[in-house]
Amino acid sequence: MCLGRSAANWGNLKESVIHFHRGGPLLALVGNPNCGKTALFNLLTGSRQKVANYAGVTVERKEGKLTTPTGKALRVLDLPGTYSLSPRSPDERVTHDVLYGRAAGEKRPDLVVCVVDATNLRRSLRLVLSVKRLGLPCVVAVNMQDLAAARGLNIDTAALARELGLPVVATVGTRGGGDADLRALLDDASLWRRALPLRAADVDAADASASHGDHDTVQRILKQLGLNDLVPHLVSDRIDRFVLHPVFGPALLAIILFLIFQAVFSWSVAPMDAIKAASAWLGTAVGNFLPDGWPKSLLIDGVMAGAGGVVVFLPQIIILFFFILLLEESGYLPRAAFLLDRIMGGVGLSGRSFIPLLSSFACAIPGIMATRSIANPRDRLVTIMIAPLMTCSARLPVYALLIGAFIPRRDVGWFALQGLVLFGLYVVGIAGSLAVAWVLKRLTAHGQVRTLMMELPNYHLPNIRNIAIGLWQRVAIFMKRVGGVILVLTVVLWFLASFPGAPDGATRPAIEYSFAGTLGKALAVVFEPIGFNWQISIALVPGLAAREVAVSSLGTVYALSATGANTAQALSPLIAQNWSLATALSLLAWYIFAPQCLSTLATVKRETGGWKMPLLMAGYLFGLAYAASFVTYRVALALASF
Amino acid sequence: MASNQRGSPDQSIRLNLAQTALYAAYQVSEVTAPPGTSVWKSQLEDLGFLPGERVAVMARGLPGNDPLVVRVGLSTFALRAAEAACVLVGPLPTGAT
Repeated sequence: MCLGRSAANWGNLKESVIHFHRGGPLLALVGNPNCGKTALFNLLTGSRQKVANYAGVTVERKEGKLTTPTGKALRVLDLPGTYSLSPRSPDERVTHDVLYGRAAGEKRPDLVVCVVDATNLRRSLRLVLSVKRLGLPCVVAVNMQDLAAARGLNIDTAALARELGLPVVATVGTRGGGDADLRALLDDASLWRRALPLRAADVDAADASASHGDHDTVQRILKQLGLNDLVPHLVSDRIDRFVLHPVFGPALLAIILFLIFQAVFSWSVAPMDAIKAASAWLGTAVGNFLPDGWPKSLLIDGVMAGAGGVVVFLPQIIILFFFILLLEESGYLPRAAFLLDRIMGGVGLSGRSFIPLLSSFACAIPGIMATRSIANPRDRLVTIMIAPLMTCSARLPVYALLIGAFIPRRDVGWFALQGLVLFGLYVVGIAGSLAVAWVLKRLTAHGQVRTLMMELPNYHLPNIRNIAIGLWQRVAIFMKRVGGVILVLTVVLWFLASFPGAPDGATRPAIEYSFAGTLGKALAVVFEPIGFNWQISIALVPGLAAREVAVSSLGTVYALSATGANTAQALSPLIAQNWSLATALSLLAWYIFAPQCLSTLATVKRETGGWKMPLLMAGYLFGLAYAASFVTYRVALALASF
Repeated sequence: MASNQRGSPDQSIRLNLAQTALYAAYQVSEVTAPPGTSVWKSQLEDLGFLPGERVAVMARGLPGNDPLVVRVGLSTFALRAAEAACVLVGPLPTGAT
């Protein structure tokens, strides 16, 4: 799950720290990755949690509120999972800094709950011993007791408490009521003694010298409790023999990915159509109440169309996230990363880049947000840079229009030619991204030694409640953060396309007289060598809000009266007549690479904390798109003249 | 691939985890770090690769037998072959199961 956490790892993108539950003592949950810490956090706080970011870093900060049996209100912080207090990733650095009281804007916790995995005490206890040395009041929660018991492990919590010199309670993070003992313990006033003042240098030194002693201490404790000789989880091993098999493993992965894609694109059709119909109906209904004029146009063509453009992608995003969460909860996700590590390694990335890139097939924005799980900063940047090359669903309406108008409906062998062309567009995007990653590897990866060292947790049955909470949080974040950006951009581009209005007696479509029209005609000079006429150039401007908007803009430029889904139908014969095949192919090539989505660039700016990366991305994608279109156009022209 | 070295009793040949046969259990004798990767040693130790711990390779990736899936104690990790090569192993103490 250390990989899957990734996808969950995007919270509020603001730099400032927001304390949602002000006041009250602060309790921090600390534990190894995959110890069931977040499940316990969900159980303790329920839906009363807020997701944000730690100050200055893109690490998810989860805080919730807990009420003890006597009614005492506590703030609970779910710190990122860590294997030790010597951090190796930005996530682990946060846990380290908070516990040392060094994190900007964070209070040092009043009490630490060390969550230990009952099925893997050995590793967990080493972390407990280093946390104990920090001088913070500390409680140990032995989590996943049910799983341990199922494997015949009985942990004597009283004996463990005696050996550690700390209060110990048993919890079951995945089951309601499994937290009762912990809640009751939190009412014990003697627990909340003041933290010893920390002299950091002393602790660091002590920790360095003590960590080897810790190994012996843990060994002694485990012997004492009769837990020294344990058998690994055999069911997981049996599943892994198949899942990680050199032949069956990749085949199974391919099937799973195919099914997810199938679901994302076919299950989402009905809800997306419903949303489109609803927003069109709403537009008409509202339009009937308003007098004609720019306020009406702003509301309907700007704000409502913009909001509709955001919401219409929600079904796909929800379905995609549901499957990613399912794979994450079950423990399969890190195995997929393992299977793909070698391929990704060839272009200088690791298997961890896989999920962000997979998400980018629905939309690059959640993909870019999901790169937070990638600990290596270079790998993360490279993944962000190539994410827009994955064919997102907003390109499909454009592809469908062009393919429908220019590619003949006939079969090649068993396949339809139109389908083959669409498939080819996906493949070119993927090949392009691999080529870019490979070039970046040659340029930027010199001497960097990257580590994999990724845990493959035991398989679990996914817990519905945890999936529901995760899904809700992600969707809320997408709507809040990205929705705003898309909405603002749509309104700005609406303004460009609407002002100044057409002069009296104008015979040509109004958009030609607008800022967008002027800009488009200027761009036409730039795009002439790659075969775009001025109508295309104008349509590309509003298309910067979201790629599929270019289709309706073309409709506007060609002064079609058709609206909505009919635009493409009416456009198809028109462009088939007016454009050369070379122009159409050139535009397809353009759409594979071009930085046609300002929302993506805005997301990159937020995620990388500056303008450098989004500008670099826009520049290289523009260059790549121009080159690809130029070659396509010239080759097609040359072939056509034969 | 060095399956011919399996369980070599010769202490002068220092077997590392990347060289061991699939599913064969060993115990960690030492964790070393090649030059330029000084953090690997402490990272591997944090994950539980400590002297005396039982380890076994559970799966190898294709192509090139890299990365590996490795069992240490009760946990399972994916390691690159170069990382696994830092973990030197020896035979289990006699009488161990």
